[in-house]
Amino acid sequence: MSAMFPWRRLLVWSAMAAVMIVAPLVFTQGFAVSMLSQMGIAIIFALSYNMLLGQTGMLSFGHAVYFGLGAFFAAHALNAIGANTLGWPVSLLPLIGGAAGLVFGVIFGYITTKHSGTPFAMISLGIAEMVAACSLMFPSFFGGEGGISTDRVVGNPVMGVDFGPSIQVYYLIAAWCFVCMIAMFALTQTPLGRMANAVRDNPERARFVGYNPTRVRFFMLSLAGFFAGIAGALEVINFGNVLLMAFIGGIGHFYGPIIGAVLVTFLQSALSNYTQAWLLYFGLFFLVMILFAPGGIASLLTLHKPAVQTRTFGRLLLPYAGAAAAAAILMLGLVALVEMLYHLETKAEQVGTVMSLFGRQMDTATAQPWIVAAGILLVGGVLLVFVARFVRAGWGHVTVAVNRAKGI
Amino acid sequence: MEFFLVTLLNSLSYGLLLFMLSSGLTLIFSMMGVLNFAHASFYMLGAYFAYQTSTYVGFWPALVIAPLVVAGLGALTERYGLRTVHKYGHVAELLFTFGLAYIIEEVVHLIWGRAPVPYRIPEILDFSAFSIFSTQYPAYRVFMMLISVAMLVALYLVLTRTRIGMIIQASLSHPDMVQALGHNVPTVFMLVFAGGAALAGLAGVIGGNAFVTEPGMAVSVGTIVFVVVVFGGMGSLAGAFIASLIIGAVQTFSVAFDYSLLSLFGTIGIKVNTESGWMELWKVTIAQAAPVLPYLLMVAMLIVRPKGLMGTREG
Amino acid sequence: MVKSRLRAALIGTVAALAFAGPAAAQGVVKIAYLEGLSGPFGNVGEVGLRHLQFAAERINEKGGVLGQKIEVVPFDTKTSPQEAQLVFKQLVDQGIRYMMQGNGSAVALALSEAMGKHNARNPEQTVLYMNYGAVDPALTNDKCNFYHFRFDADVDMKMQALTNYMAAQKSINKVYLINQDYSFGQSVAKAARAMLNQKRPDVQIVGDDLHPLGKVKDFAPYVAKIKASGADAVVTGNWGNDVALLIKAAKDAGLTADFYTYYAGGLGTPPVIGEAGVGHLKQVTVFHSNIGGSGTVANVEAYRKRFPDSKDDFYWTSIINAMTMLTMAMEKVKSTDPVKVAPALEGIKIDTITGEVTMRADNHQAVQPIFVSTFSKANGKDVKFDVERTGFGFRTDARIEAKDTALPTTCKFQRPKG
Repeated sequence: MSAMFPWRRLLVWSAMAAVMIVAPLVFTQGFAVSMLSQMGIAIIFALSYNMLLGQTGMLSFGHAVYFGLGAFFAAHALNAIGANTLGWPVSLLPLIGGAAGLVFGVIFGYITTKHSGTPFAMISLGIAEMVAACSLMFPSFFGGEGGISTDRVVGNPVMGVDFGPSIQVYYLIAAWCFVCMIAMFALTQTPLGRMANAVRDNPERARFVGYNPTRVRFFMLSLAGFFAGIAGALEVINFGNVLLMAFIGGIGHFYGPIIGAVLVTFLQSALSNYTQAWLLYFGLFFLVMILFAPGGIASLLTLHKPAVQTRTFGRLLLPYAGAAAAAAILMLGLVALVEMLYHLETKAEQVGTVMSLFGRQMDTATAQPWIVAAGILLVGGVLLVFVARFVRAGWGHVTVAVNRAKGI
Repeated sequence: MEFFLVTLLNSLSYGLLLFMLSSGLTLIFSMMGVLNFAHASFYMLGAYFAYQTSTYVGFWPALVIAPLVVAGLGALTERYGLRTVHKYGHVAELLFTFGLAYIIEEVVHLIWGRAPVPYRIPEILDFSAFSIFSTQYPAYRVFMMLISVAMLVALYLVLTRTRIGMIIQASLSHPDMVQALGHNVPTVFMLVFAGGAALAGLAGVIGGNAFVTEPGMAVSVGTIVFVVVVFGGMGSLAGAFIASLIIGAVQTFSVAFDYSLLSLFGTIGIKVNTESGWMELWKVTIAQAAPVLPYLLMVAMLIVRPKGLMGTREG
Repeated sequence: MVKSRLRAALIGTVAALAFAGPAAAQGVVKIAYLEGLSGPFGNVGEVGLRHLQFAAERINEKGGVLGQKIEVVPFDTKTSPQEAQLVFKQLVDQGIRYMMQGNGSAVALALSEAMGKHNARNPEQTVLYMNYGAVDPALTNDKCNFYHFRFDADVDMKMQALTNYMAAQKSINKVYLINQDYSFGQSVAKAARAMLNQKRPDVQIVGDDLHPLGKVKDFAPYVAKIKASGADAVVTGNWGNDVALLIKAAKDAGLTADFYTYYAGGLGTPPVIGEAGVGHLKQVTVFHSNIGGSGTVANVEAYRKRFPDSKDDFYWTSIINAMTMLTMAMEKVKSTDPVKVAPALEGIKIDTITGEVTMRADNHQAVQPIFVSTFSKANGKDVKFDVERTGFGFRTDARIEAKDTALPTTCKFQRPKG
């Protein structure tokens, strides 16, 4: 951290705000605005999850609990506002959701944060199961199968803003998203944020310097619950209907922080229009990420920082291009095989065995397209293994250069 | 009496099935520190492989073949998956097995479809073994119990009487020392992983036709197995055994109790406002909450004794 | 900083979506089909889609409606209410004015509400909703909507039919209720208790169990409890594995009580139950393959011929009826505009293979005969067709006439002006 005013950071944040303001003006379709709102919510939720997994090293399978419970309390609050039994501006509704998330974060956090690592993950899963099961047992609070419906257009419009049109909702979500991002970023700069990293990397040492890792985990989980609750409340305003089952056990929310909330929203909403096999691609993508870049996309970028600094990145370009080409061939074969399988499995009867794939017509009942696809897959795989050697050689150069720069 | 005896037998057979699943999970966890999220998926694969095999050669060969195939897949998973991500730490391993579970489910969708498959009990075992008063007890349940007990004994003998068992036990507590003594610990890990997967596969073979073989079976059994392992104590086989039986019993017996907090209030003379929003909570009976009880037990255990019933290590 | 990169990715994402611009082509009537087409309930969504395609192809063979062809546009809702609302915006963007859905009342309630708000705010883009299977009574009562039409019978109507039949069975003295612990199961239990008490006060309700939805692996303890209660009939709204496992466990324990169910014939359930259900497993539905009549046989056979490899059967008469009524209403008002078509659907009557079906004007609920049937071995005579190629089918026990299934409604929807 330099002592100077962080101009660069200010620039990045301003650019981000500008993008958020302009985005719905560029994409004006109802579906696009909805999706942008959805992404804003997903970003808050994903970042709150990142407070656990990324910063404190806690793998939670129950984070959606705070999102869901926050949403329910917000929904009841919104209905109370509508019935004039509660005086509270709709624009500040997320605070109610956040408070609910915080309270449950404190309760469940007290039980779960005594553990870390694998046991914590298992216990969080158990708690999620428990809350999900309970939610179905109490329809008067959780609204049963239909959930609770609300109307966001309540109270007096402030300067003509009544949150009727979805564009107004988008800007509300964008504003909250921006504020939450700053708050969560600021948190990483506090002693608590720093200690969370220490607890993640080496709990013994953190204890040794006088911090109780359990307490750090507890604080982080409670705060993460708070932000998740805010996201939940925004979901209520956006959709006007909440259903716990949709949140808990929703895979999207689990993968979210790892490969980016935006990517997930896109995959779920858009990819599923093009292919039925999206779940499979989703899973494969996830597995490949874990195997080769467990830190996520961001970690790939940090990985290459030394190469750029030592000006040896050029050494990697050619092998990378080769690897990309080989991977593309592999993907082509794989996608063709999967799509043909899905077609044969689910669609063949309705529209016949002939399908169009990558602009070509092929009959899945004959052997030829299968052989071709398998061949492409095989060629891609062999090429990839072959090219991997060059990538390794390239990295060898980089390592040498980096070590030289370090003076080793 | 009739109800009690029948339910006791049911709880035993259910508890033993749970143990078949949790034993493999515990073994893998205590050796490698990896919580295998795909463990229940191996259970599902066992059932599907058994179904597929039994359509060609019948149930009995399937009983042997399916667990072996699952063991092979387990070995591959360890060798080419887990070992690769091991360097990134436990959380990455956990995520890897989670992703694997997800892929296995999708692949099962792709191969066998989304509806349940007609995997049935072999006709030779489809009769009632004996009657308790007027309730028949199916022979297949007896068979399931026999298989579970046989497996339990075999596992015990392997771990305590064979050389490989000794090495496994030693690697549980002192992996570095075992490595230093010249044993190939990675291979032992692979064997244990394959063995654990085979146990899950075997449970799938005998559980798949007693219940339903469908793509959701892994998820539905997965979490309860985790609860068993946490409740019994992470990494303790004996704990897992006792926890399996306890949770089996709790789930089966609680069905019989139609008591709720409301009836408790009635007995001790507290008047409840029937209009209150809490009424729904007071009215929930033990029977209604039966499948949630294991989770409540787990939470209670964690508050009282975070190590679990017989666990030796904490988080 | 990662976030700004994500933002950039976002723009690319939305750009990719911009392909799907408004496409209200001339000469086709597009019907959006909103159902989970991937994930665990994907197969159920596929079955409905096949039926809709079957219906659309027949209409198109006869020249379509008003000279326009019907086109089915499937959308994947992943059986999630949130996702369904997103999909709804998408179909509006694409200029589609008719949608069909039927799996899951949660999705249906969310969709009906989203459609209501949309139609109120954008009357020039009014959308009409044909519900072929979401059976929560609220949809045509407290939460009814003028542009929502239901073609299946709701929970209470089916319970009315079922209890009419049960009341006539003198052998029934003790009834046990076992249901899934969520709003649907709870409402089945409540309706069964109330209607049985009213129609047969001498019948004892000896048990009323609720168990969590889809979480029970082993039903043996429940069966032991039912057996201990001495019940001779069991009423359950369970579906999927929850009904299959219950029946299997009952057979294992030698329980001989009759099971009265809603979804014993649900997709994937008969193959699991198999022999275990023969003779004492009953279901209440608006259709099954063996209700008789040449029209039924023709339809079942035509469906099998059209989709020879899929194991499901002709089942959703509500989809066929919905399409028939829709085309009739369109031809009556000579328009495909939902604002004109919706009023024309009210009170419409059609003759179907199950009998006369009427669309009620006061709550937009179709009224039709309901059948009680028993799971039996297919024999080529009264059990002509099996289900899902299992060798087992349903035999009709009773037919409850349409007029006996209609119930009073609390629906008060706002009619559009004009």
